[in-house]
Amino acid sequence: MRLPCPLCGTRDRREFYYQGAAVALNRPAPDAGQEAWENYMHLRDNPAGRTRDLWMHEAGCGSWIVVERDTVTHEIFSAELIDAD
Amino acid sequence: MVFSGLRILREGLTGNKGWKPHWRDPEPKAEYDVIVIGGGGHGLATAFYLAKEHGLTNVAVLEKGYIGGGNVGRNTTIVRANYNLPGNSEFYSHSLKLWEGMEQELNFNTMMSQRGVLNLFHSDSQRDYAARRGNSMVNQGDDAQLLGPDGVRKLAPFLDFDNVRFPIYGGLYHPRGGTARHDAVAWGYARGADMRGVDIIQNCEVTGIDIENGQVRGVQTTRGAIRAKKVGMVVAGRSSQVAALAGMRLPIESHVLQAFVTEGLKPFIPGVVTFGMGHFYISQSDKGGLVFGGDLDFYASYAARGNLPMAEHVMEAAMTLMPAIGKARVLRSWGGIMDMSSDGSPIIDRTHIDGLYVNCGWCYGGFKAVPGSGFSFAHLLATDRPHEPAARFRLDRFATGYSIMDEEGTGAQHNLH
Amino acid sequence: MRIDGKAHGIDRSKPVSFRFDGVTHSGFQGDTLASALMGAGVRMLGRSFKYHRPRGVLTSGSEEPNALVTVRSGAQAEPNMRATIQEIYEGLEAKSQNRWPSLGFDLMAVNDLAAPFFGAGFYYKTFMWPKAFWEKLYEPLIRHAAGLGALPGGDNPDAYEKAYAFCDVLVVGSGPAGLMAALTAAKTGADVILCEEDSMLGGRLLSERETIDGMDAALWAAEIAGTLRAMDNVRIMTRTAVTGAYDQGVYGALERVSHHCAASQATLLECFWRITAQRTVLASGALERHIAFRDNDRPGVMMAGALRAYANRWGVAPGRSVAVFGNNDDAHRTARDLAKAGLNVAALIDSRPDAENLAGDVPFYPGYHVARAHGRTGLDAITLRAPHGGEDRIAVEALGVSGGWNPSVHLACHMNKRPIWNDTIAAFVAQDDMVPGMICAGAARGVFSTADCLKSGAEAGLEAARSAGYRGALPPLPQADDAVYNLRRLWAVDGPGRAWLDFQNDVTVKDIKQAAAENYRSVEHMKRYTTQGMATDQGKSSNVAALAILADVTGRDIPETGTTTFRPPYVPVSIAAMGAGAQAEGFAPQRFTTSHLASTQMGAPMIEAGLWYRPSYFPRDGEKTWRQSCDREVNMVRNAVGICDVSTLGKIDLQGPDVGAFLDFVYCNTFSTLKPGRVRYGLMLREDGYVMDDGTTARLSDGQWIMTTTTAAAGEVMKHLEWVYQAHCPQLDLRFISVTEQWAQFAIAGPEARALLNGLLDDKLDDEGFPFMACGDVSVMGIPARLFRISFSGEHAYELAIPSRYGDALFRILVARAEALGGGAYGMEALNVLRIEKGHITHSEIHGRTTAFDIGFGRMVSKKKDCIGQTMAARPGLVDEDREQLVGLRPVGAVKQLVAGGHLFAPEDAPIRENDQGYITSVGFSPSLGEMRALGFLKHGRSRHGQKVKMVDHMRGIETLCEVTDPVAFDREGGRLRG
Repeated sequence: MRLPCPLCGTRDRREFYYQGAAVALNRPAPDAGQEAWENYMHLRDNPAGRTRDLWMHEAGCGSWIVVERDTVTHEIFSAELIDAD
Repeated sequence: MVFSGLRILREGLTGNKGWKPHWRDPEPKAEYDVIVIGGGGHGLATAFYLAKEHGLTNVAVLEKGYIGGGNVGRNTTIVRANYNLPGNSEFYSHSLKLWEGMEQELNFNTMMSQRGVLNLFHSDSQRDYAARRGNSMVNQGDDAQLLGPDGVRKLAPFLDFDNVRFPIYGGLYHPRGGTARHDAVAWGYARGADMRGVDIIQNCEVTGIDIENGQVRGVQTTRGAIRAKKVGMVVAGRSSQVAALAGMRLPIESHVLQAFVTEGLKPFIPGVVTFGMGHFYISQSDKGGLVFGGDLDFYASYAARGNLPMAEHVMEAAMTLMPAIGKARVLRSWGGIMDMSSDGSPIIDRTHIDGLYVNCGWCYGGFKAVPGSGFSFAHLLATDRPHEPAARFRLDRFATGYSIMDEEGTGAQHNLH
Repeated sequence: MRIDGKAHGIDRSKPVSFRFDGVTHSGFQGDTLASALMGAGVRMLGRSFKYHRPRGVLTSGSEEPNALVTVRSGAQAEPNMRATIQEIYEGLEAKSQNRWPSLGFDLMAVNDLAAPFFGAGFYYKTFMWPKAFWEKLYEPLIRHAAGLGALPGGDNPDAYEKAYAFCDVLVVGSGPAGLMAALTAAKTGADVILCEEDSMLGGRLLSERETIDGMDAALWAAEIAGTLRAMDNVRIMTRTAVTGAYDQGVYGALERVSHHCAASQATLLECFWRITAQRTVLASGALERHIAFRDNDRPGVMMAGALRAYANRWGVAPGRSVAVFGNNDDAHRTARDLAKAGLNVAALIDSRPDAENLAGDVPFYPGYHVARAHGRTGLDAITLRAPHGGEDRIAVEALGVSGGWNPSVHLACHMNKRPIWNDTIAAFVAQDDMVPGMICAGAARGVFSTADCLKSGAEAGLEAARSAGYRGALPPLPQADDAVYNLRRLWAVDGPGRAWLDFQNDVTVKDIKQAAAENYRSVEHMKRYTTQGMATDQGKSSNVAALAILADVTGRDIPETGTTTFRPPYVPVSIAAMGAGAQAEGFAPQRFTTSHLASTQMGAPMIEAGLWYRPSYFPRDGEKTWRQSCDREVNMVRNAVGICDVSTLGKIDLQGPDVGAFLDFVYCNTFSTLKPGRVRYGLMLREDGYVMDDGTTARLSDGQWIMTTTTAAAGEVMKHLEWVYQAHCPQLDLRFISVTEQWAQFAIAGPEARALLNGLLDDKLDDEGFPFMACGDVSVMGIPARLFRISFSGEHAYELAIPSRYGDALFRILVARAEALGGGAYGMEALNVLRIEKGHITHSEIHGRTTAFDIGFGRMVSKKKDCIGQTMAARPGLVDEDREQLVGLRPVGAVKQLVAGGHLFAPEDAPIRENDQGYITSVGFSPSLGEMRALGFLKHGRSRHGQKVKMVDHMRGIETLCEVTDPVAFDREGGRLRG
């Protein structure tokens, strides 16, 4: 498996750390309520198909990136820095 | 048909012409008391215990493909009850007891073999934790022994004691742990359930869950609508998709776990050995293949296949721990889809929809749980009350913070358990 | 026996002697063990798995299920080697396996007599009574009988390696399609890797009597190989099997580097390759399949194509008199070649009544079947069944069987795509892009004539190169055989007795039928119930026939029945090859502190701390146990001064105007109020509200901060900071980087700490200028350094950080000066005791399941600001009074021993789970207090100080009555830190 780091180019999966669904980017406000926080921390769409998830180029530039890929075929569609905008 | 040596003798002498199907392939009825979605180990065990323990026989198991086609046939066959935390401790203890009587209960030889599970440790702090876990096991009524290097050497002389990156300080030994013939567990429960009148319906995919006014009414399938008073979802590897049919999101991310088997070899490894530093575990099957596995590939996946980095890491762990197996050749690798829950522990609970129940989140510990999970889920389905040993496997524990069972202590990141 | 005449594969001028089962034989350079033994007249090479039936060579490739032997001896013995690909060398030693006492007389062959009782799945139906007998009797018997070869045991003295390679176009297989693909792609300028399992390029061309462009096909292959070898952009890898297809163009491949050499000549036995390719051409060819009939497993019954290969390539045959049985035109080719090689072809039997003889002058039996093979340890005759049913017996020593050819689609299916059924050739074929970027060529896609394969290969090679960004054109195609391959399916010949499908696992047609009768009708059920295709060949030559028979008895067609799943590896790969480099220390990196050498010179045992090594203790003369050293070191720190290397703690340098705001967000307590020149203790939570790590952060100046983490969590914290910054607050103006390895850092702890430093630092310290929790730049003998007045031991203490290149020198100086003041170096054991006395936590306490509330730091979680973990830490279950809380424990009964891992109970309670109240995390003997002290977690612990609890440790059989205390056992007021 190889992943396209937006800064370093395509690299072996061994260089990356995986965290999970990109929903982790949308941190609720502290007072958003229990449901919002449970949705954020625990509950997942967990799609069998296209997904957006979070990887860190740990053994490279240290960037956290959002990768759009398919969980069934492992095809990778895109990768961008999480703070690209 | 009762299976026995005598039966084999009789059939053998008469040309083996009398063998009958181990389960029927009935057409689905219009309505059942209970529908169990998922014909894996857990689903089939659930159906069996519904019939046997609760007298509920108007039950259907709906299976998308063929029974036992998921994780019950894609694991490293290890059975154990060596958990530390309350909740897991009593559940797996109960499950192990069911394993110990399984062959007689099912009249099917699932080859449960209590050859022992040895968990190695490699530092003082790991020994402290192993002791704590061993004490939990004994407190629960199970068996555990804390071994020093000499004790480990007696059980597993083939380990590299002299020259490893992480020297062996000792091991936590669980004599009642072992392995079983994984496929046979699914078949045995299927046969047992079928004999008691349960309909096992293969090639029947659930495409919808009918809910009216907060009450489940039945399911839509590729073979038509089927009504039911109660529906249990027990579909590891597809839990999130089936739950979504009822509008639910689960605290689950699906990950791939690879496992490996070598060519057949003469007996070399007697029991199960695990190497926590390398997240590696191995046993030898009765056929002679070394069966072993490692950690998740660490990315969400439904592919049921993995990639080289983890495969190589597993082999590397084998080589540092027991270079004596280096000349064994890996014959086949495979991947299972793991329901990774937020705390690494499972869920057996009601849902917010009346009559709809969920059993999921077994991470990669589902095989040894098969009898216990089936027993407890059947109890919940039949009585609407949680079965005591599984009472902590609640769906709402992440919201409340009560009974979170994070054995690894890694926190709410699904792939770290 | 050897056949005279032309044989491309061997050099008759170079005899090679070798031993099999202790008997010396002779072959020729180029022989495999199988061909050499065939040449020497040896017919039986092994025994089957279940019935221990005699087994001879079946194939001529890596798919061989029968001829598995152990090669070499002692610690270098290699079990389960395929004699069909094992090249012989002078002195090679091989042994048969899975037989006792000998291959010729195997006691387990008695199983064959009991075969009626050993049908599919018999073991699921018996061995259940009495219950305890499974582990004691039945299973040991089964385990003993099972298995093939034996592991040598002990350390593996052979060398293995792993390597990476990259290319534009990977070509798998070097038959006519592969050679043309490689040549065409290479001519465009693309980087090409050509992998071939065999020792030579050419694939099937090496085993045929045919011509390409008028040249002998094997010579043509050699010429193309020469052309490819001369090209800089081509890498040829022979003896290299591509084992698996993985995501994004990554392939695994196993190179058998020196299995063909004497052990003494080998520097490297095997290499496992990770090849990354933009495009791949799958030119893996096809494998022949059998036809099942009664006793078709007798040694001497072989694949027809293999029989032909042995004759053409190696000049050997199992006997003078041979027959060929098939359902397709290719069987005729075998008969023709065998006749040309001078063998007596007693019969060409073609099951198709309308078939025409393409083999020339051989006895031809269209519409006939072979109904039975005879001869227990070697074929001596076959029974022919005429179309009208009459039977005839013909004496032959070898029978070649061809049920048709299965394209080798394995790699194309490794990513879960299913192969497509092709009715014309009655086989599954591969299509392009079943694995992304993979183009199929030649027989793998069902193209069988040599001419078609050459064309298919050239087209695939060009397409692969073009899609990888190169330009080129199709080369002129060589002239070659373009015979059509006709076939009429035939899987099994009806009749009494047993007809074999899986030769190694002893699965017969009856077993498949029985499985179906017992409702194991799914192809996966059938496989798992009968073990069909689960042997070392993974059913390469038997699976299609088995599923065709299953389809037949269940009334389905073959595509509906489907195939089992193709899984890597294509050929078995040794654990040593895929795990190369990890044996002994290689498994994980080793990290050494700058004081490592000095510590070992002082005799300190070094222990693992994560990837680091740290000194356990520093023994002195007269000390016999670690406890003596530890006690002395603790006393040294409490009474004089100790030196400890703390460089392994994570150090993160944070700079910028917004560091304070950032730290407020990642720590649960407030840091923005910290003044330059001051240090603060911080507690970091995970977002789920549990404690992640703790440590101190120093503010060196307005804009520069140094965070320390625990040794264990250094990497995790760094990733976490990157995550929090990049994901949640990228607008903050700061940068940070790990500097753990850039600085050596030493604790100087004890009442004499300042005195020691004042003899060393270029400017003197005093308490007013450098009070507790101060930090600042200092100069040590002219070297700029950093000093932090922090204490893990509870003593007046400092940590002195210096650029790593001075670490060794500084450590030696510090230890020497400490010794002069009555102190010295201390190790992990003393460090642990010191912190237990002080109730300081480590990851033994913050083990991932504890909250700030549990460790008594609940009030540190500032409510004035948001921070990571704050919201989830407020969940009711995480702050419930019922939770286990950090306490200290001291023994108060007759038993004085405490052990980490012991559980806590009310003194009167039975030690069972229902009564469990907590557990002990850390223990140590406190020389300062003269007794053991422990830290642990106890339900309602903070309100139970002074109460008694019972520690029970079943593991070591210890039960100790304890008093619950405050976690801080020594100097609770903290007076020793100050002044």
